Amino acid sequence: MSTPIYFKSVAELSNDLSSKKISSVELTKAFIARTKAVDSKVKAFNSYDEADALAQAKLSDERRSQGKSLGVLDGIPIGFKDVISVKGQPLTASSNMLKNFVSPYDATVTQKLKSVGAISWGRLNLDEFAMGSSTENSAFGQTHNPWDLERVPGGSSGGSAAALAAGEAPATLGSDTGGSIRQPAALCGVVGIKPTYGLISRYGLIAFASSLDQIGPFTRTVEDSAIILNAIAGHDPLDSTSFKTEIPDYRAELSKRKGPWKLGIPKEYFGEGLDPEVAKAVENAINFYKSKGCEIKEISLPHTKYAVGVYYIIATAECSSNLARYDGVRYGHRSKDAKDILEVYYKSRAEGFGPEVKRRIILGTYVLSSGYQDAYYVRAQKVRTLIRRDFLEAYKEVDAVITPTTPTPAFKAGEKASNPLAMYLCDVYTIGVNLAGLPGLSLPCGYSKSGLPIGLQLIGKPYGEAELLALAHAYEKEHAWGTRFPDIEGQKGAL
Amino acid sequence: MQEYEVVIGLEVHVQIKTNSKMFTRVQTGFGHPENTLTDPVVLALPGVLPVMNHAAINAIVKSGLLLNCDIAPICKWDRKNYFYPDSPKNYQISQYDQPICLHGHVEIELPGAARNVMGEHKSIPLTRIHLEEDVGKLNHSTFDSLVDYNRAGTPLMEIVTEPAMQSAEEAFAFLTTLKTIMVYGGISDCDMEKGQMRCDANISIRPKGQKELGTKVELKNLNSISYVRDGISHEILRQLSVVKSGGKIVQETRDYDGQTATSQSLRTKEDAHDYRYFPDPDLMPVKVDEAWKARLKAECPELPFDKQRRFMKQYDIPYTITSVLIPDKDLSDYFEATAKLCGQPQAAGNWIANDLLREIGKSGTSIKDAKVKPEHLASLIKLITAGTINNTAARDVFTEMAVSGEEPEKIIDRKGLKASVSSDDLETWCKDAIASDPKALAEFKAGKDSAINAFKGPVMKAAKGKANPKLVDETLRRLLAQ
Repeated sequence: MSTPIYFKSVAELSNDLSSKKISSVELTKAFIARTKAVDSKVKAFNSYDEADALAQAKLSDERRSQGKSLGVLDGIPIGFKDVISVKGQPLTASSNMLKNFVSPYDATVTQKLKSVGAISWGRLNLDEFAMGSSTENSAFGQTHNPWDLERVPGGSSGGSAAALAAGEAPATLGSDTGGSIRQPAALCGVVGIKPTYGLISRYGLIAFASSLDQIGPFTRTVEDSAIILNAIAGHDPLDSTSFKTEIPDYRAELSKRKGPWKLGIPKEYFGEGLDPEVAKAVENAINFYKSKGCEIKEISLPHTKYAVGVYYIIATAECSSNLARYDGVRYGHRSKDAKDILEVYYKSRAEGFGPEVKRRIILGTYVLSSGYQDAYYVRAQKVRTLIRRDFLEAYKEVDAVITPTTPTPAFKAGEKASNPLAMYLCDVYTIGVNLAGLPGLSLPCGYSKSGLPIGLQLIGKPYGEAELLALAHAYEKEHAWGTRFPDIEGQKGAL
Repeated sequence: MQEYEVVIGLEVHVQIKTNSKMFTRVQTGFGHPENTLTDPVVLALPGVLPVMNHAAINAIVKSGLLLNCDIAPICKWDRKNYFYPDSPKNYQISQYDQPICLHGHVEIELPGAARNVMGEHKSIPLTRIHLEEDVGKLNHSTFDSLVDYNRAGTPLMEIVTEPAMQSAEEAFAFLTTLKTIMVYGGISDCDMEKGQMRCDANISIRPKGQKELGTKVELKNLNSISYVRDGISHEILRQLSVVKSGGKIVQETRDYDGQTATSQSLRTKEDAHDYRYFPDPDLMPVKVDEAWKARLKAECPELPFDKQRRFMKQYDIPYTITSVLIPDKDLSDYFEATAKLCGQPQAAGNWIANDLLREIGKSGTSIKDAKVKPEHLASLIKLITAGTINNTAARDVFTEMAVSGEEPEKIIDRKGLKASVSSDDLETWCKDAIASDPKALAEFKAGKDSAINAFKGPVMKAAKGKANPKLVDETLRRLLAQ
């Protein structure tokens, strides 16, 4: 049986478009139909604009018929996490605060993808303002894991991961502040990459924690990630934290870089709390690399144990300031009961933000307060430097680091919702990468006995995406995990 | 009776004159329709990021160099967090622990004993200068408050002095000089009415001889340089009367109303904000290297007081004239160009300080737009010296030049003002004049040289003003010597 169109990779769809087996309008219609069929169960989308997507597809087909195709992504629909701005489309951050906000401008990644003909397709659900690990903290309802609708898809980019896994889009964009791309990619059985901090412009990404946020793709294959990175990476004059660096052709580099690699296994990532099935799958992957002639080395990243604590100081400090602009004055939710300016602030924010966002704003405000800043924020920044140093030390001996992406496969919805600390620990393996500003990639490396995907995390050197993708590609081409698809029709919809 | 002394420190905000705002490409400006100088960055829409306008860094580094500051090698940005509707992000991008300019000083001149006497000069030390973004403007009406973000994001310098001034006059002199230097450097026009310069004053008093500073009161809303002087004077008197009636000064911020010359308390120390400053993660620190500084140093103009001292020495012009020329850089440059072209600095100074300024005042333009260019004024001065025209005619010519912008020679030709009469006629008129005033003749013969002037009037009258005054003088002397 051939793969349904909605489970094909971007590379395959792109071939079908260029060989005229299918038009972009037909392709887009297929994803619209699939979304209509399954999204009532998955609930990956906050909204989608069918007419707009089809209009874009029509333009793409016209270009192609005139021999003016803009390349590999021309005519391919791409879903956007609802924190990445697309001109004329809603930009909600899954928050009541921005429920009715429509963005008047394009993010740089949006503009770049449009310039190569990609079709912006839909607004994908997330934990409100990207704060969470389960996509349960959304003002518009939770997203479900396509592999088991009673489980979470991970978060915060849960909508992006679930939409892809469910065949509602051939690729999506997410953002990753502490694991928000890699963790849901692992839990939904897809590839997700958090690029090096500074590789991709953040202009037009709703900020959660500015020094940690990065946009990245969710794709079915490593090759597809390379294709999308080719389109969105590079310096942006609108983002002073975007780095001026030569961008290689990531797709072309995939087969050019063959290893063998020296791979570091950090002992701190294989301790208590790691699910045995996950441990086994990761071990198998390590053995695969070994069998291919890679040198495997146990390494130590001694400051790992501080990562979660440091993260929740730095990220919340930044978010407390970044989210101050949502005040009901210029746009967004304004309380109907406010009688003066202070009430506009208090009531609009009390009504507009959900509990997790409030928790983090309060925490962040506290750690920045006079008298506490030195003990928390300033110290956390110092430890952050040590965490980065751990990795850079390790990279003197190894080319990449291998870890599990998550301690466990997808957990049940509601299981951790009332225990923020347990939820925060979901990101224990991914957070260090953000603090160190490194590129991290999650790809499927097996399934649990109950059929839940397991993710392998590969961590590279700064701006070493080409090497990292090649390393992942070497594994992927000999493992068929990506050819399994979830059976959504066969499942009863969860609440 | 206990004597008190006054201690004043100023915090001066100066808007930097850049084309675009500090963190985005939107134009800066004053008097535009509300909220037209905005974009997603100015309005702090979700997802936007600031990008530093390097013209603003250039301007502040240049200011630091002009005000003798140490320039920090790294320029970093902090967020000052507070909620207020004029601040779109609810934080202001500013500089906290590492201002770009440290220390420095400004030379000021206190009023002299008389208008034509140079006053005492004093150096006012600066604490720091940092760069931040301006906020929007609130317009309150009876039922609502509206906010205009046109001003938001305009680059703004905060210049903080040491508590080192001792009178309202010193504060006044400081602001006047600061403004002159800023205008000289092309940094800002410092028009207080347009909010381009704003000043808060910290004022305290202490018993004479006491080392520790007294409790300070911050005075806000000093909207003109005169209000700064008046407000400070008012506050000093208020504090003295509190202390003398046995009361205690409370640390507070007071709002000064220049119209009514009264002040009222805005808030006390207990309401102080915790701004939760932290480094702005959206902006990279900027390295200011020696080459960059050297390039800006080369762009720095001569400081006003240095220029004044040089003018007095090099051109031998009086203090009174320099104190007219120096406050306006364009005017002083105009003077220098004219003086060099005609070689007669005193004449140039007099013409500019009197006639040129009067004509500019009449037309309401600035010196830059004056129709009379330095080369024209220099020509006119040379024509007078050469005796081609007399002073009276020259004044008429100048008035005409000021309107038409024509060269003086053309006006003289057209109007037939050139002093041109035959030497025979001149000799006859001179003889007649001497013969008809025996009293003056006797005085002249007795040694009173100025008596010669008595003959000149009748000669000029006979010549209908067209005689060359120099030639008239020479002819008279020749005849008188016979």
